[in-house]
Amino acid sequence: MSEFLFEIGLEEIPARMIAGAQAELERRLVALLERERLIVPGVMHKSFSTPRRLAVWIGDVADRQEDASEEVLGPSAKIAFKDGVATPAAVAFSKKAGVAVEALKTVSTPKGEYLQAISVKAGRAAAEVIAGELPKELAGIYWAKNMYWRAGKPERFVRPVRWLLALLGEAVVPVEFAGYTASNVTYGHRVLFGAQKIVLASPSVYEDSLKSAFVLADVEARRHTIRKALDYACRIVPDARWREDHALVDKLTHLTEWPSVIAGSFEPEYLALPEEVLVTVMRDRQNYFAVEDKQGKLAAHFLAVLNTQSDEAGLGVIRHGNARVLRARFNDARFFWEFDQRTPLVQRVALLENVTFQKDLGSYAAKSTRVQELCQKLAYLVQGREFAVDFNALSDAAALAKTDLTCELVKEFTELQGEVGGLYARAQGLSEKAADAIYDQYRPESMETAIARTAEGQLLAIADKADTITGMFGLGLEPTGSKDPFALRRAANGIVKTLAEAQPALPLVLGEVIACATIDPAVTTKLLSFFKDRVEFYLHDVSGNAYDTVAAVMNTHLANTNTPHGVTGYDDIRDAVKRAEAVTSMRGSPDFIAVCAAYKRLKNIYLQALQRQDAITHFIPMFASAIEVDLWNEVELAGAGYLADCTFKRYGDALRKLANLRPVIDRYFESVMVMVDDLEVRANRLGMVKYLVITFAQIADFSEIVTQG
Amino acid sequence: MTATAEIRKALTFQELLFTLQKFWADRGCVLQQPYDVEVGAGTMSPDTFLRVLGPKPVRIAYAQPSRRPADGRYGENPNRLFRHTQLQVILKPPPVNIQEMYLESLEAIGIDLREHDIKFEEDNWEWPVGGAWGVGWQVMLDGLEITQFTYFQQCGGMDLDPICGEITYGLERIAGFLQDVDSIYDIVWAVEPDTGRKVTYGEMRLPEEEQFTAYSFDYADVPRLWEHLNSYEAECLALLEQAKGFEKMDALQLKRFPVLGAYELALKCSHLFNLLDARGAISVTERVGVMARIRTLVVGVAKAYAAQGEAIAVAS
Repeated sequence: MSEFLFEIGLEEIPARMIAGAQAELERRLVALLERERLIVPGVMHKSFSTPRRLAVWIGDVADRQEDASEEVLGPSAKIAFKDGVATPAAVAFSKKAGVAVEALKTVSTPKGEYLQAISVKAGRAAAEVIAGELPKELAGIYWAKNMYWRAGKPERFVRPVRWLLALLGEAVVPVEFAGYTASNVTYGHRVLFGAQKIVLASPSVYEDSLKSAFVLADVEARRHTIRKALDYACRIVPDARWREDHALVDKLTHLTEWPSVIAGSFEPEYLALPEEVLVTVMRDRQNYFAVEDKQGKLAAHFLAVLNTQSDEAGLGVIRHGNARVLRARFNDARFFWEFDQRTPLVQRVALLENVTFQKDLGSYAAKSTRVQELCQKLAYLVQGREFAVDFNALSDAAALAKTDLTCELVKEFTELQGEVGGLYARAQGLSEKAADAIYDQYRPESMETAIARTAEGQLLAIADKADTITGMFGLGLEPTGSKDPFALRRAANGIVKTLAEAQPALPLVLGEVIACATIDPAVTTKLLSFFKDRVEFYLHDVSGNAYDTVAAVMNTHLANTNTPHGVTGYDDIRDAVKRAEAVTSMRGSPDFIAVCAAYKRLKNIYLQALQRQDAITHFIPMFASAIEVDLWNEVELAGAGYLADCTFKRYGDALRKLANLRPVIDRYFESVMVMVDDLEVRANRLGMVKYLVITFAQIADFSEIVTQG
Repeated sequence: MTATAEIRKALTFQELLFTLQKFWADRGCVLQQPYDVEVGAGTMSPDTFLRVLGPKPVRIAYAQPSRRPADGRYGENPNRLFRHTQLQVILKPPPVNIQEMYLESLEAIGIDLREHDIKFEEDNWEWPVGGAWGVGWQVMLDGLEITQFTYFQQCGGMDLDPICGEITYGLERIAGFLQDVDSIYDIVWAVEPDTGRKVTYGEMRLPEEEQFTAYSFDYADVPRLWEHLNSYEAECLALLEQAKGFEKMDALQLKRFPVLGAYELALKCSHLFNLLDARGAISVTERVGVMARIRTLVVGVAKAYAAQGEAIAVAS
């Protein structure tokens, strides 16, 4: 047994692709060696990466495959031998199996006597197998964007390959790929170690050898080093801390082989610019970390992660250079900020005529008018339910929301659209509510980000997204399969999340939003089913409910009679979330699960009766047996309590009442037969079934709950 | 500043250009002069855009003044220019040590890499109008993007084989870095040998920035720009139409057919488009359509150039 190490050296791999490729190479190599019987499952392995290399180390690899014997069935004995002499069929089989005719055996099978050969496949050397198979695995690695570089285009890869290293124990495995043959040589840091060769004696010295060549090959070690160095560098500023940014730490981990950190500063006058702008410049343009004081306020400092090390003097030069670039960037931003202010947002409304939203949906001016109207309708609705909305602020916000698209700062930093408009609105004396609504109009950008902070912002965000979605659906541009070029699913997710999470609750249901946005019945139908998927996504992926719980809650068509406008189980999203939560928390109760199973039976009986158009009367105790009357009394009591709980959305209490019915329901099924021949009794019993099915459907269609393992 | 950094004399703008040109000339590049038709980037010069096509190896370097009308700031912004200077290096096929050669060129202009932080960050280049794209990096030196490094993959919608390595240095940025000045206009362009007087970038170019920004944003006559665009387009299209008849031409006609002339007409259209855009005369809706028109010209020329090259090879 030997250790195995494989490294592929490349020109700088894009940071965003490294982690995936590292994991894939490791997975492919382990799977290959397992498939080839060179390692046992569970063997130790570890992978490494830097911008210039991907590597995998495997602890115990057999030097050779074991010989493998295989039993192969041939022709039937009758055909293979005539009078004890081998026929051509037997000879052909012996050739094919690589076993002499004399060594062939006869075995009995259910179909009779057949020839059998035991062919032995000699195990191959690990080096031979790896050299033969690994290149195919390398060629199969997925890259989001790849290239070719050699004449004749023999291979595509993320960037040109520059070396290969493959060691099994102390021996080189001659893996060939991209014009290179693997050796035992690797390379260190471009600048700090230069082009010197590093000859590895064995796989075990890999990490240490690279460390002495200024390369930290272990990704997590590099991440840790960066975090520690950020903490350390931050200490030059009293009481300050760097602003946590996992994505940026990750990016810099994959941009460096030998990281260190410098702290730099900028002129405090730039702090007059909005924090959003400063942070975007630092993070998105320069990969710098922002520094904040104890109160979370931005300080006039930045932290840069370097891919080198130097003494204090050397770091001074680098710090000076980075600060110089940042100053230029901030200068630019300040120029745009001041330039944009010369034309206030109100004067920019007219400019929106020339900015196309979508060729068949008109300009952003047209969109703004539509969104303004939609906001008004939604505001009337919620106001009628005693929910306070500032009409003027909402209307101003809707009118000005898109004007920042004409600003230079947004053209430069598109990721700040909306936020810039909000900041300008505030600077130009609009009401705080209007400014905040403009600022928040694109929220939530994803399921992980927060919704708009104010009611006005929430209504504007909903109206803006609903307008886009209905407009695109009206043109037949709805998402299909994996294609969603206008990000309509994301927009719909934003509406669902806003309706579900607004605090205080927005008294609006999904159907109302759709009805305000479109009057086209065909579009409405498509939208209802489109949104159904989005709510399902929210309840399952975001709220973490099981699929059957989600189906139970959403598919109950009878729910929400206490919400005047609810028609489906997911129309009132906030209510659906609560009901799902209640069902999820009851899933552990055996009584509840048993009642769900019973509910399914009851529902089937009811549906079959409907199908057959059986007579169903209201339950009348006088026609019933004692057990039925017992049940009825308990059911009616529980049902009344259940409905009362539902009215006050005490779904947990309601479900406990339902679970408590288990003994009665069990008894009922043991002693009562619903589908009796006496039609009057049957109709009466069906009446009770109907009552049960409909009453308890207020929370969910419990027949959807999977009751067995 | 370290002692060595103090002792080292920063190159003037023109010395920077000489040094890089000498560096690449020593490595087999033929030095070409800037192309004399307005272009937005060194890539658009026929020395890159057309020479990357076909199988013939090329090593060429040239400085290319690059005009971007929308980037003009009347000379008021210290970091933005209507016209900046790129040093373009084309290596086809790219040598295996192209990155090391590039890093040596930085040493040659006085950048001791051990004293700086250098990173190759993913930055893929694309010129949709030219049907051209490549993958590569922006080279970051102490947080400053000093070079765009691209492996060209396609040009004129055609796969390149062999591909080509393109190194584009931003000369103003690098000079500003070397001389440690905060404004482009303070860059020392040259020093008079007799008097030691410094000639600055501002002295050489500020009026041009002021006037051309004003022209692009305020003065350019929109209807006339459209007329020019339509007229250059018509002439280019007419040539491309004739270029469909290569197989009927004799050897002399073939080699004299002005595909290069058609390319200049296409470049003119591209520049006029940029002017109209800066002038705010192209709505978002129109934009896509006009870009498609120019793409037809540029990609058409690239295809004609490739076809002409093949036809000449067959004929000889």
